[in-house]
Parts: sequence; C-alpha cells; structure tokens
Amino acid sequence: MSWAPLLALGGVSYLLKAVGPVLTGGRRLGPELRRVLDLVAVPLLAALIVVKTFSTARHLVVDARVPALAVAGVLVWRRAPFLVVVLAAAAAAALLRAIS
Amino acid sequence: MRRSCRTDRQNRRKAQPNAAGSRVSLLGMAATTIAPSPSRTLSSAAGIGIAVGVYGISFGVLAVAAGMSPAQACVMSMLVFTGASQFAFVGVLAAGGGALAAMVPAVVLAVRNAAYGLSLAPILPRRLRDRAALAHLVIDESTAMARAQDEPAAARRAFVATGVSVWLCWNAGTLAGSLLGGGIGDPQSLGLDAMFPAAFLALLAPQLRRPGAARAAIAGAMVAIALVPFTPAGVPVIAALAGVVPGVLVARGVRG
Repeated sequence: MSWAPLLALGGVSYLLKAVGPVLTGGRRLGPELRRVLDLVAVPLLAALIVVKTFSTARHLVVDARVPALAVAGVLVWRRAPFLVVVLAAAAAAALLRAIS
Repeated sequence: MRRSCRTDRQNRRKAQPNAAGSRVSLLGMAATTIAPSPSRTLSSAAGIGIAVGVYGISFGVLAVAAGMSPAQACVMSMLVFTGASQFAFVGVLAAGGGALAAMVPAVVLAVRNAAYGLSLAPILPRRLRDRAALAHLVIDESTAMARAQDEPAAARRAFVATGVSVWLCWNAGTLAGSLLGGGIGDPQSLGLDAMFPAAFLALLAPQLRRPGAARAAIAGAMVAIALVPFTPAGVPVIAALAGVVPGVLVARGVRG
C-alpha cells in the first residue's frame, strides 16, 4: 500500500482538528457564540453514547453493552468515581458475555 | 473541598455577571464534576489511555492483516490519531477496497473533530503555535474530558493529560499489535467496547447542568439513532450536531 493516501489522510485529519482553534485565534468570542460552542460537544457525545451502545455497523443491536450502560448510568447518578464507572461497565459486559 | 467550591463560584460570577450566568454557577455548585481534582484527572486520563491502548493493539493487528506494513500502521496512528477513522480505513482495505475508497469513511468519521476543535477553542492557549500543536490531540476522549470540567484551566489540563495519555497508549498499542500479529485476545471479551459509552456518559453527565444541555443531548441522541440504519458510519454522530439548535433555544430562554 502506498504512503500517499496515509499522509493525505493525516493532513486532512489534522486540518479538521486545527481549523476551529486556529481560526478563532485566541480572540475573545461573543456571548452568543460562546453559548453555542459550550453546547456543541453535548449532542455529539450523546450521539456517540447511543451509537456505540445500540448499534453495530448500520444495524441497531441490543447486546451486553446495553445493561453495561445501565450499570454505568446508575453509578454516574450515584456520583461514583470515573474509574469505577468505566470498570464496572466493562466488567458487566464481560460477565454477561461470559455467561451467555 | 468546600473552600475550592466557593472560589469556583466567585470566579464564575466574575466571568458571567448576567442572570443566566449566576443560575449556571449555582447549579454547577450543586453538582460535582466526575474529575474535580488534578490527581483524579490524571488517573482518569490514564484509565482511558489503557483502554485505548488495547484497541491500539487490535488496530495494529488489523492494519497489518489488511496489507499495511508495521511502519505504515504506526505512522497512521501518529498522524491521523483518530481511532474510528483508522479502523474504518483498514476495514475497507481488508474488504478488498482501494486506498481511495478507504479514505471516504475515514474522512467522514474525522469531521466531528472539527466540531470538537471549535468547541475547545476557548480553553486552548492564546499563542497560535501552541493552539496549532495541541489541536493534534483533539479526539472524542480528550474533548469529553475537557468539557466535563467547569474551569478553563482545569479543562485545558484535562484535555492535555487525556490527549497525551491516549496518544502514547494508542501508538504503543499500534506498535505492539503490528509487530505481534494475531495473538491478542478480543477486546469485546473483556467488555472494553462497553467502557467507551460508559466513559462518555460519565463525562457528559456534569455538562447536562448547563442551560439547554439536556435538550441538546436528547435531540442529538434521537437524530443519531434514527440515522444509523440509513447512513454510512460517522454520519449519525455528525448529524447529531443539529441537536445544538433546540439546546441554544432553551439556553436563550425562548419558549418552544
């Protein structure tokens, strides 16, 4: 496989990441824009959560990840530390897969 | 702990003197972020790094199996540094597609980094050189860790700690996987795939106190899940950006 597509992808990937920070150039942004930017990551992360839990490729799937997320949800609600939340979710999924 | 909370509230009042701002700061006071202290941030960043490292190993294995050299796999992890894009790329290669075809889903899956970068712009350093350098670390995990913090300085620390941890672990994993071949176990049997939605949930939860955030999250989740059966990988998540609109309307106080 040639190196050109790899390097091109690296370039595109970096440009996508850098366009926001470089264009805003450390300028103070107006309150309206800041309000929007503060919220931008929220629907993206929520979408990531549901897509990574309830789907595989283009199929909607319910498997061990769903109860694992429920376990995580309860622990987050109870203010458990971050590492406890993620390890409990992994353990729940692993356990369910091991016994089924 | 109480003293630092009071200082946070005073700092936040100074930064946002309007009524909406003080409402946010009182609500923020009532909740604690998941990673409130530097040591917690570091341990969370390390934990995320380890999980990502295991996926890095599987990426290295898959990349070599799809016909890339170990050097190519490693350079890809260093330069592209976006897991979803990289897995999609080698997936197309492994299925017999050409490199150009492989680039399409890889780019689509990288577009959300542009939105992340924009949302992180306020917490990045002022100097252009530093911003340009740190931009390379923009990924799902570093963004989520940064956004879970209330103070810009803590957000920057969380972003850098997570970004560096993930970069190191992802690349170490890629190197190991590309050299070792298929001898590593399946991340799914360890439940590692379930770790990521759990981690993102833990990092999203503190943000839901901000005005409009809950509405934006629900809208985004609904858009994404509706699009999954009908659109290629990466589109559901980036389309979820539309969820910002109802969120902003709530934040503005418009009755909708």
